Order: sequence, then C-alpha cells, then structure tokens
Amino acid sequence: MVDVYVGCEEEFEDRGRKVIVHGDLEIGVFFVDGEFYAYENKCVHQGGPVCQGRILNRVVELIAEDKTSQGLAWSEEDVHIVCPWHGYEFNLKTGIHPGYKNARLRAFDIKVKNGEIYVVT
Amino acid sequence: MDSGLEQTRELPQEITTKTDTRDILARETKYQREKGFNHWTIVDVDAHHSEMSSWREVVEYIDDPILKHYGKEFQSRTGGAPGLSNAMPGLRYQDIGGRVPHQTKIEEAVEDTSNHRDVTLIRRSMDAMGLDHQILFPGNLLQLGTHPQPRVEAHLALAYNRWVCERILPSDDRVKTLLYLPISEPDMCLKIIKEFGENPNVSGFMITAVRYKPVHHNQFIPIYKELEERGLPLAFHAGLTWGDDWMKQLDLFISMHAISFVLCNIVHMTNWIIHGMQERFPKLDVIWIESGLAWLAFLMQRLDSEYLMRPSEAPLLKKLPSEYMADMYYTCQPIETSNMALTEETFKAIKAETQLLYASDWPHWDFNPPSTIYDLPFLDEKAKRNILGENAVKLFGIETKNSKAA
Repeated sequence: MVDVYVGCEEEFEDRGRKVIVHGDLEIGVFFVDGEFYAYENKCVHQGGPVCQGRILNRVVELIAEDKTSQGLAWSEEDVHIVCPWHGYEFNLKTGIHPGYKNARLRAFDIKVKNGEIYVVT
Repeated sequence: MDSGLEQTRELPQEITTKTDTRDILARETKYQREKGFNHWTIVDVDAHHSEMSSWREVVEYIDDPILKHYGKEFQSRTGGAPGLSNAMPGLRYQDIGGRVPHQTKIEEAVEDTSNHRDVTLIRRSMDAMGLDHQILFPGNLLQLGTHPQPRVEAHLALAYNRWVCERILPSDDRVKTLLYLPISEPDMCLKIIKEFGENPNVSGFMITAVRYKPVHHNQFIPIYKELEERGLPLAFHAGLTWGDDWMKQLDLFISMHAISFVLCNIVHMTNWIIHGMQERFPKLDVIWIESGLAWLAFLMQRLDSEYLMRPSEAPLLKKLPSEYMADMYYTCQPIETSNMALTEETFKAIKAETQLLYASDWPHWDFNPPSTIYDLPFLDEKAKRNILGENAVKLFGIETKNSKAA
C-alpha cells in the first residue's frame, strides 16, 4: 500500500478535481459536497479517460402521481462524471453507473493528513 | 510508507474540444503497448473527417456553374447548413449535450500548414490508435441520399470525390477511401467509377444507406456490373435519419439512432439477398458498414425462416439467405457487447474470423478503438489479427508494409 500525495485541501473547490499519474496508474481525485473521492482514470466500458470528462448533475425524469411525464430536470443530489470517450456516466460518490450497477469505477481510499490529500494505492 | 511526491505528475483536468487527439486517445496508445499488440497490422475500415469544415473548398469543385453559384452564394447566408447540403444543423444531439467533446468539434491546434488540416488530424488519430491504414469517409455528406434534389446530390458527390482525391488522400498513402456513389443518378455513378476506379487511393465505392431506393432495381445493375468487372468492392454505409415515418415516432436521439442506423441496412440487405444479387454478381465483394453486429443474427434467422416457406418468391437463391450473408463483409462498429454470449454467437454466424473488419468510426461519439476487438474474450490471436487487419488487407489488396514493424 502506498500513500500517493495529491495536493492540499485548499486546492480543491467544490466539484474540483485533480487527475494524477503515479507509475502506470492514472487516478482522478474529486471533491464533492465536502468529501473526497478517487477513481482510476479508466472507464469500465472501453478504457477511456473517464476522470477527465465533464462533471454534470444526473438527469432525472419528473413523473407525476398520475404517472405522466412532466419532463426532464437536473438532479439536486446526484453528481456524475461523464467519460469523454463515449458518455458513460458514473455517480461521483459511488462510482456506479445510474442504470447498471455492474458498471463500477475502480475506487481508491483517500487520506487527509494535516490538510494534505493522499490516495491509497 | 511512500509519499509518492516525486513520482507523481498531473494530467489535464478535463478533455475539451481543444484537446489534442493524441491526448484524447492516449489511454488506447498506452494499452496497446501494455498488451503488446501495438505492432500488429491494424486497418480501420471506417473513419470520418468533417468535410463540412472545408465546404468552401468543396464547393469550388462543383462542375455545374449554376449549382456552384448557389453553393457559393449560400455561404454568406446567416445560419443554416453549408450551401446546398441537406444536413440538419438544428438537431445536433450526437455529442450528448457536450458530454463527448471529440464529437462536438475538433478545435485542437495544428501548426503544420504544409498539409490540409484534416491530414494532420487523421494522422494523429491513426498514430494514437496504432493504425496502419484507414478508410476515410465524409461526415454530414452521408445524409445526402435523402437530398430532395437528386441532381444536386450527384454534383455534390462528384465535387466531394474530386476534392478528397486531390486535397486529402495524396498526402498520406496509408489513407484510402471508398468513394461516394450517388445512385439516384446512375449515369453519374458510372462517370465517377470511370474517373476514379484506377486511383490508387480509392479502394472501392460506397452507397450511403440512408436513402429510399430499392437497391436491386434494374437501373442500378450497370453500377454493380462495372464494379464487379473492375474487382472493386461495394460498401453500404449506414446512417441516421429522423425523416421517415417510423423514426418520427422516436422522439429521443438515443431511440432514433439505435434503430435508424440498423433499419436502413436491414432493408437494403433484404433486397440484396432476396433478389439474388450475389447470384448475379458472385465476384462483387460487398461490405456493410456501421450498423453494429447484433442485427445480423436476427436477420439471418428471419430471412431463412421466410425463405424456406416461400422459395417461389426468391427463385434466384440457391442456398439460405444466412449463407449469402456469411459470404459478405461487415465492419464491427459500434459493436454491442452487453451480452457477450450473443456477441460470440453472432461472430460465429457471420464467420467473423474471415468476414469481419475492424472499424473505429473515429471521431464519432460511439467509436471503437482497436482494443475493443483485442479484449473480446472468445477470440484467439489469429482471429483478432484477422479482424483487426488481415481481413482488410486481403479484401482491399493493401500492401502489407506494416509501418510499426520496425
């Protein structure tokens, strides 16, 4: 196990990120709603650089009580990272695709020590 | 415990429309090196460039003086598609609302002005994906088969063909094309085949599948006859349309794209098979491009079942439709792999080891890098090598000077 230095806490704004290379590993570290999350920069679909994609809220469909569709909206809770190769989307807090739980990014633990961020590889 | 400080570097936070193609595809480059197939011969049988970005140049190649006048005049109009084309600029959903930047626009810097910008972009994608050869196609021009003016389609096809053969292809002998045939105007097709049939950069010809023409009709027979006599392959390149009555019921891009890209080739394939085109042109190599693969097992069984009950309606056939289908060629992209058992059975049904051709479709949003084929769990190395390159080398008679071997 190796603690890989990523940067200082204050470098990360909300929804900020760093994508680092350590040996053969590329890892994206994200700061979302006050927590850090880290994933391998390798999409489970075809190996694309998923951590370098756009960060967008999940799109939800609004269904009324009578089951009619009231259109689409941005989710207020779920934040997604979108793979720039093909558009696969993953919840930034879980690393899981919204409709296929087997599509899951490889996650890494994060350590915060004296204001410094480390990813455990 | 290791701080890791000294071994760590940063990558750009986000890939954008300005990111260099080689950086977008860097993970594929790295993966090929890691797995050791970076020295294999890889031929990409379907990639695209944006001819609309060079439309002012293309318009200059229009023969007809009046159409050329209109093409140039339209360039100064506010909004809309490039002059005379029938592209749909208001419905640009391809990039999933900007989620796939390389589909949105390619704005990366190109310093080299000694070649056309497209040549540099093509080379970057080829180098990053380890390609030895590439078959290049236009982009929006693939919609031209539904142009309301067949004569305009024919003249734009001729202009594009002349432009790409003069301005793009001569710059790199690794890049070839299957040239556009505007079959609404068979005489123009014959003119194009005669003009370019012996061009070393032209590996064959292509019919855009988004069109409402029965491809077996007698008016098109001279085209197929000419191609067969010259030993030049014919491809049907699929595309999307929101314009026909079935697609109009699909009010999301995902739905329309999923079905229309396959439906066009299902229709043309059915006519091609049932009307015995392979009995009439047994030496004509036919390639079906960009419909994925999942439709093939369906259509094979469907046509076999119907043919066995109704042979009197297809009297030219001497074997099952599925057997004719397994004699033709297919490109893999966009390959469906969510059920690998079905994918494997499809490979068996179409005799993929000899009939399947790798295609990237770069730079489109559903492209497949070569690792897509390399990673298939049910293929042995020979099959992978055949699909990634050797089948195309044989089909197109490509000289096998693997540019990466040294």
